[in-house]
Amino acid sequence: MNLVIDIVISGLISGSVYALLAIGFSLIFGVARIVNIAHTAFYMVASYCIYVVTQKMGLNPLWGMVAAIVLVTMLGMISYKIFINPIREHEGAVLIATIALAIIIQEIMSNIFTGTYLSVPALIEGYFTILGVKVFFQQLLTFCAALFIMAALWVLLRRTKLGLAIRSTAQDREVANLMGINEARVAMITMGLSVGLAGLTGAVVVPLTILEPNMWLSPLIMMMAVVVLGGLGSLKGSFLGAYILGFAEALVVFLAPMGAYLKGSVALSIMILVLLIRPEGLFGVYFEEER
Amino acid sequence: MNKLNKRIFLLAMVSLFALSFCTLVFAQEIKIGVIGPMKFVQGIGHWNGAVMAAEQINDKGGIQVGAAKMKIKLVQADSNEFLNVTDATNAMERLITNDKVDLIVGGFRTEAVLAMQDIAMEKKKIFIGCGAAHPELCLRVAKNYNTYKYFFRGTPFNSTYLVKSTFFHLGAVAAVMKKQLKIPKIKVAIVAEKAVWADPLIPAANETLPKMGMEVAGVWRPSPVATDVTAELSAIQRSGAHIIFTFFSSSVGIPFARQAGELKIPAIQIGINVEAQKEGFWQATQGKGDYVMSSNTYSRGVVYNELTMPFVNGYIAKFGEVPTYTADTYAAIVYGLAPSITQAGTLDADKLVSILEERVYDVPSGTVKYMKDAEGKHLHDLTFGPGNITGISTQWQNGKLVGVWPNKWKMTPESPEVTHKGIVPIMLPPWMTKMYKK
Repeated sequence: MNLVIDIVISGLISGSVYALLAIGFSLIFGVARIVNIAHTAFYMVASYCIYVVTQKMGLNPLWGMVAAIVLVTMLGMISYKIFINPIREHEGAVLIATIALAIIIQEIMSNIFTGTYLSVPALIEGYFTILGVKVFFQQLLTFCAALFIMAALWVLLRRTKLGLAIRSTAQDREVANLMGINEARVAMITMGLSVGLAGLTGAVVVPLTILEPNMWLSPLIMMMAVVVLGGLGSLKGSFLGAYILGFAEALVVFLAPMGAYLKGSVALSIMILVLLIRPEGLFGVYFEEER
Repeated sequence: MNKLNKRIFLLAMVSLFALSFCTLVFAQEIKIGVIGPMKFVQGIGHWNGAVMAAEQINDKGGIQVGAAKMKIKLVQADSNEFLNVTDATNAMERLITNDKVDLIVGGFRTEAVLAMQDIAMEKKKIFIGCGAAHPELCLRVAKNYNTYKYFFRGTPFNSTYLVKSTFFHLGAVAAVMKKQLKIPKIKVAIVAEKAVWADPLIPAANETLPKMGMEVAGVWRPSPVATDVTAELSAIQRSGAHIIFTFFSSSVGIPFARQAGELKIPAIQIGINVEAQKEGFWQATQGKGDYVMSSNTYSRGVVYNELTMPFVNGYIAKFGEVPTYTADTYAAIVYGLAPSITQAGTLDADKLVSILEERVYDVPSGTVKYMKDAEGKHLHDLTFGPGNITGISTQWQNGKLVGVWPNKWKMTPESPEVTHKGIVPIMLPPWMTKMYKK
């Protein structure tokens, strides 16, 4: 019984982190068909921003969160305007450009902060025990943030004019344009939203991790696995996929402790298995439409 | 025409004079290449140690080579070896062919150092390794002496002894635990990052721990770059382990220590945690890394011999932190290379090799004596043990990194007892004491 509780709680926590990252990535792909490899690099920038605000300037982590989200959103929108928008029609070129952007960001961070491992304090220190399992308050915050963001996005997309424009653009860019929607502006706003979510993820998750200039690579792989598993562009799929992979990782750690390092590989194998059965992923709506 | 000839002659004379002057000036320098991952703590240690050595020697006029005094000129090479081994080999190639260095110190990751070693050996350049611990680096010297004789281990002692020393540390902690907490049978969780160097340690620990009267509670192998180990920690706590025997050389050492401290896992961490050797560990764990122990080389106040304090205090004064073991480039230059060059009276690599391999000399962390293998072949590897090099074990106690081992340690019942000046008693985490004293 204890083992089951351990697996459930660990799975929920890991899944929440992946969900936070994958939702933003999925959003911009769903709307603008931009595969933004630099998504987790923006998450890294947010993390370093919080480090500077809390550790160098000595301010409250909340200020760090606000600064990180604002900075990263602006940076994302500027990057979109300069690097992505001019080549948006060429998906392959966008992919390469975002890889280059991520590496540029990595090198900048590496030159400023060196390769030293750094960390930031938790927003809420301490832990509580649930059914014998110790859980950090910060992990609970991550779980709540994942649920909140999912709900907020649902409201935005379903209950606002902007959401309607985003959904219309996602369904058919040309028709949306003909209906008077400024498609380019919607794409840019969506990019801002997506990168802002990466910033928020960085703000929530960074106390649970360590900062170093390559910290964007590992979550990138898991995030891409999540979105492919859930179905490219599907927010619902990303959310569910994140928890599936989170539980898969927890299962490996608890059932095969000697193979704990394999947790990433097992999660990725599950993704491949699902794709063999359902090539479009769990909720691959756009693949269906393209056929 | 005559005037023109005179001018040409004059110009040629001036050029010749300038050329010979330049040759003379450059000949007065000994170029030492310092290679390492310069954006990381390890490479910064390599460089800082070498800078300190060069300044100290140059302030005294340089190294006596025959009748002349030659100053040291350092050449930095960023090996970027954590990310790319090819960058490391390119950096080594550039040092030798482009910068034309005379000697090389540094290197950290075994995989990269093995590749860099091949390049340096091919060019017959003396390379003192100051970071990688794998025995193969020195076994190559014995296997193919003529090719690999230019390689020497500067620091640390090889990983076989590294493991051996961690068992001594483990024994010391178990004794404290038995005395203070009256635990009859100590359970040990083995946690080793998934890396080649750590693979042989698992069977070694599984075999040795029962012989030491301890029980293995389980083995966990997280990824070297894992950032969340709460699942592993939950499982370790459920296993009832009293000691967490760690083998971490990568970043996982930070989240493991931080999360274990935050969750107040009732077990003490000892073994190898390279990140816990650095003063930045306290910031990196947000102060949650208290009571974490690790094998180490230097600590504030811990004295091996009369050379330790001038080096450690000088390093702290200059760079604001305690040197990590890669800063032993200082010892390699000041106590290894410089006296050997003076003794040889030349920079000829073959002559230097024959002097270096026979010398026994003090360094700030003990006494260097190069080993031979069972067949009497030169290994150019460091001798481990009392009177030579033993290292220390350090522990984070109330935010300070202090030395806790060796403390009345005897390697064998016949060996002399060793306690370094500045060593303090081991402290158990208070939440652990509270739990087991109930």
